[in-house]
Amino acid sequence: MSGFRTISFDAIIVGGGGAGMRAALQLAQSGFRTAVLSKVFPTRSHTVSAQGGITCAIGSADPEDDWRWHMYDTVKGSDYIGDQDAIEYMCMEGPQTVYELEHMGLPFSRTASGRIYQRPFGGQSKNYGKGGQAARTCAAADRTGHALLHALYQGNLKNDTVFLNEWYVVDLVKNQDGAVIGVTAINIEDGEACFVQAAATVLATGGAGRIYASTTNALINTGDGVGMCLRAGFPAQDMEMWQFHPTGIHGAGTLVTEGCRGEGGYLINKDGERFMERYAPNAKDLAGRDVVARSMVLEVLEGRGCGEHGDHVMLKLDHLGADVLNSKLPGILELSRTFAQVDPVKEPIPVVPTCHYMMGGIPTNIHGQALTRDSAGSDELVPGLFAAGEAACVSVHGANRLGGNSLLDLVVFGRAAGKHIEELLQQGMQHRNAASADIELAMARLRRLDESSEGEGVAALRSELQDIMQLHFGVFRTGEFMREGVEKLSALGQRIENAYLADKSKAFNTARIEALELENLFAVAAATATAAEGRTESRGAHARDDFRDRDDDNWLCHSLYFPAEKKIGKREVNFKPNIVDTFEPRERTY
Amino acid sequence: MLVSIYRYNPEQDEKPVMQNIDVDVPADRDLMVLDVLELAKARDPSIAYRRSCREGVCGSDGMNINGVNGLACITPISKAAGPGRKLVLRPLPGLPVIRDLVVDLSGFYRQFEKVKPYLINDAPPPAIERLQSPEDREKLDGLYECILCACCSTACPSFWWNPDKFIGPAGLLQAYRFLADSRDTASAARLAALDDPFSVFRCRGIMNCVAVCPKGLNPTRAIGHIRSMLLQQGT
Amino acid sequence: MVTNATSLGRSGLFDWLVQRFSALVLLAYAICILGSLALTPDLEYESWRAQFDMPAMRIFSLIALLSLCAHAWVGIWTVTTDYLNEAQLGRAGTLIRLLAQTVCALLTLIYLFWGIRIFWGG
Repeated sequence: MSGFRTISFDAIIVGGGGAGMRAALQLAQSGFRTAVLSKVFPTRSHTVSAQGGITCAIGSADPEDDWRWHMYDTVKGSDYIGDQDAIEYMCMEGPQTVYELEHMGLPFSRTASGRIYQRPFGGQSKNYGKGGQAARTCAAADRTGHALLHALYQGNLKNDTVFLNEWYVVDLVKNQDGAVIGVTAINIEDGEACFVQAAATVLATGGAGRIYASTTNALINTGDGVGMCLRAGFPAQDMEMWQFHPTGIHGAGTLVTEGCRGEGGYLINKDGERFMERYAPNAKDLAGRDVVARSMVLEVLEGRGCGEHGDHVMLKLDHLGADVLNSKLPGILELSRTFAQVDPVKEPIPVVPTCHYMMGGIPTNIHGQALTRDSAGSDELVPGLFAAGEAACVSVHGANRLGGNSLLDLVVFGRAAGKHIEELLQQGMQHRNAASADIELAMARLRRLDESSEGEGVAALRSELQDIMQLHFGVFRTGEFMREGVEKLSALGQRIENAYLADKSKAFNTARIEALELENLFAVAAATATAAEGRTESRGAHARDDFRDRDDDNWLCHSLYFPAEKKIGKREVNFKPNIVDTFEPRERTY
Repeated sequence: MLVSIYRYNPEQDEKPVMQNIDVDVPADRDLMVLDVLELAKARDPSIAYRRSCREGVCGSDGMNINGVNGLACITPISKAAGPGRKLVLRPLPGLPVIRDLVVDLSGFYRQFEKVKPYLINDAPPPAIERLQSPEDREKLDGLYECILCACCSTACPSFWWNPDKFIGPAGLLQAYRFLADSRDTASAARLAALDDPFSVFRCRGIMNCVAVCPKGLNPTRAIGHIRSMLLQQGT
Repeated sequence: MVTNATSLGRSGLFDWLVQRFSALVLLAYAICILGSLALTPDLEYESWRAQFDMPAMRIFSLIALLSLCAHAWVGIWTVTTDYLNEAQLGRAGTLIRLLAQTVCALLTLIYLFWGIRIFWGG
């Protein structure tokens, strides 16, 4: 295999966040040879930044709570393009998955009776929207993601999972039949490139918020998994659907949890008015995130923004009192003092809608198996390839994700993928053979960088990309302006293909990693731009000035972006849950 | 702003050097040290350091900033260097350097793994969660928040002297996190494993760990609690 | 490898207790001596000598002497395992430490027997 070392496992998981480590845990417990390849030490993954909690109907805050109510909220929150079989599975399996995390040691906050503390979050209701606000989000103070990620890492240590930490996965390796047979990867510490072979490859690489200039996402969120799939010719689904979180700290982009509003905080404009009462009379500040983010932008556009430039609004928390803030939102106090130089105990926090979450991703079924299209236009499994978490699009979030559903998505579908792979391996799923040409093809990208002798630097190209996305594909979008963005992107794409890597050294060369990441960012951005321009309606997080209404006749469907043709197609949404009746699309108000 | 960065690339350099870089920093706002590093890296992409969340929760960018360990992403330059002064960035002390500001943390992680940092409870779990009173849960505050950034252990002289045998403040904080958990049933075994002359007892109460912890945690107090538990178990 | 073979006690806790307990004994002994000095302003050799010939004082002195040696040994052992090991000195570290510890152990023993001779030798 021309000089490349080959390492072999039954299953590999790319990414050490919540989804990857939950899948790894399942497989480690089953005894199959499993490895997690993560470009950072696992507890540095972006799951660690999740704050508010994990939503599911464990019936602690309200013994009458029902997973079907959670399902109803999620379907409605998705603006009806979430797949109902997947949402049903997630909401039904949720409680068991959360109990497992608790048994693993996750230090949830507690109620007086010793059960897991649950707080209200946006878009939650009782009795199918008829029973008022629910409190369904299980929390460990405002550090739930940190607590969850560390508990999962601890669980994996206990079960002797193999970790290849600080290994960067470059590309999928496909064989002649189109099956995925492993990945090419670099050991960052010494720069060695390897072929890592596996019967099952799980992409749990998280989101790609770094395609935007202003994002709550970690610097590592560069959409590596989606980029790899697109390069391998597989489609990506619903890439136009990006959630802008209402409360990112103005200027810094750092996230302030929705839990703030769950605990009783609210947004005010420059007149001190609680403006969400006008936009969502019932749910107010706890309407869906897309609704709140749009309302905030409208306040700013209509001249009621705060600050010197009138470009943000304020999140008021001081009325909750120091005791509640210290016990329920200690991390928020810390972040606000550091990044906004304000003390929420005394004054409000300046916030703006900030890119937060990629609802789209690699299309999968509920077992995490990646899907593509056959020539007849129906779904087809990609042999050997799986995806879970933010990188995947199952799709449980549709056009808008509800707060607290992302952590649930990670662990439910990480676990489901792990279980399914376990079954397949038990049934005798084998390594597929690789021809050296297959590996050479996947190594080509690495070679190009090492041979580059001139071109533009990565940092400048990256910030240009982020500025284009921020400007042309933000909270409000219009067709003509997006087409302009698509053209700019296509010009930028050619320059990115010729990006120059000056430093060709091997040991911990972060410049090489950033150059490889840039190509993934671009692949995701191009998919987003094309899909956003193509979907001629407003739905969930996708809001167009030139098509202001939801168009169920034409667009009650997923979009599929095909990288080879650079075009989008449509894929049916699943309206057939197994146990409950279908939730029919209705007008979505809060 | 003048930034002095520890540079060492094992493929090119025999010895590390301090490189001075002049970085243009906006005058109207206070940047974090990580922002300055990113600006420096945009000019010289060969500078290597770890970073991820850029908000002080992932623990990637622990480094020695003007002589004090801290996280680059939440240390404002005004606090780190002060007006007109040079910003001096070195890797965390006491660990082998892989390149520039990147240190080999494997020894640090080994000490963490030694304390069996996971909940042990062999009783079959109930159908729902294990119950825990808010008072018992409160005992974990100040312990579970650790982000494994290694600022504390690499500021600890005892850890410098015996990195292979003294667990160090970060590992011991986690050891106590599980000793203090009402759901954990392995206290006796955990304590027995800590009762040698090195693991816990090399702590001299210097409290560098407390001084540098970016999350405001107090490993020295946790070590004191472990010692009391050992004493109670021993007598 | 720094082994625990040369440690005084069976465990870190034991060493730690020895260190604290012996320190208390030494404190009490120092107070006792200083107190008796303060109470007898015109101290002469004969009365000083008589004090130390009292059986109770002999026993107390012996305990203090043992405490001093134990305290010193735990301290020396700790300091040598901190500074004189392979991490600090390279491969020769263990050998250097064992030599230093042997010298210190011999000195401590010499002081111990010499002290016993002084207090109990008649």
